[in-house]
Amino acid sequence: MASVTPLHRAPAPEPPALHVRAMDNLAFIRDTMEAAGSFTAVSGWGMVAVGIIAAIAAAIAFAQHSAVGSIYVWVAAAALAPCVMLWAIVRKARRAHVPLLAGPGRKFILSFSPPMLVGALLTIVLYRAGVVDAIPGMWLLLYGTGVVTGGAFSVRVVPVMGICFMLAGVIALFTPSSWNDIIMAAAFGGLHIAFGIPIARRHGG
Amino acid sequence: MAKHGTARDDRRPSVGNLRTLRGKSDSGSPASARADALDRLIHERLRLGIVSALAVNDSLSFSDLKKLMKTTDGNLSVHARKLEEAEYITCTKSFEGRMPKTEYKLTAMGRRALERYLDHMEALIRATRER
Repeated sequence: MASVTPLHRAPAPEPPALHVRAMDNLAFIRDTMEAAGSFTAVSGWGMVAVGIIAAIAAAIAFAQHSAVGSIYVWVAAAALAPCVMLWAIVRKARRAHVPLLAGPGRKFILSFSPPMLVGALLTIVLYRAGVVDAIPGMWLLLYGTGVVTGGAFSVRVVPVMGICFMLAGVIALFTPSSWNDIIMAAAFGGLHIAFGIPIARRHGG
Repeated sequence: MAKHGTARDDRRPSVGNLRTLRGKSDSGSPASARADALDRLIHERLRLGIVSALAVNDSLSFSDLKKLMKTTDGNLSVHARKLEEAEYITCTKSFEGRMPKTEYKLTAMGRRALERYLDHMEALIRATRER
């Protein structure tokens, strides 16, 4: 039996109003910029610079006669490195005309900062408790955690780098403390340079 | 992400009513006609995406854009070619080792077109609110 087709179809839904389409278009532009912004959120050359600072710090830390002296050197490097990194990120953002505190940049800072804050507080606690040998492992673990969580909004290579830092932290915590400076040099120096160069080449600086 | 249209979508009436939202003073002038043409060019979703992505990057490779826009080689190259012809983007072809590499950059004209487009959209929303 032939099927019956109604002569009058249901009226087509009203097309969206112009302002709704405009808002949709603006949202699309913002989303695309945010997604594409992950290409620029982290400065590869900044990471290379931080790696070089870490390599210099490692050389100075080796020359120290005590674990506390070595920690002082790394604390000085830890104070300098974020300034260099921030400068590199700001420079890259300006060059790409990206607002620094919008989109992925803001998400990265919000995700990266809490582990860094915890790391700073635990450093004071462990230093006062005299457990200085555990500090490098804790730093690496928390730095890696920050990079993994912050890197969730960035290119895939960033969280991978964070995992490598966390592994380095685990190694530092479960190996003799005399290895700490070597592990710190390999992680903060080597990993930053090794991951920084491809990020700089592939993701705009 | 929404499905991107093909190159044929250019024939669809696009922003269409943008001229009304921009005000009546300049309608009919050659400048406004050109502005409307430019708006239509940038309005298509994939092309708007390409321009928006390039606005926040120095340059992007063909494969970066393809991943970002979740589209096919053919579709991306057709739309990129249109933007290139309008001088909104530049295309540089080179070799990385033995692999060919195509890089796109946004031109000053392309950046201005995006800014103008954003102004259009904001004006449209503002006009609705003021009503």
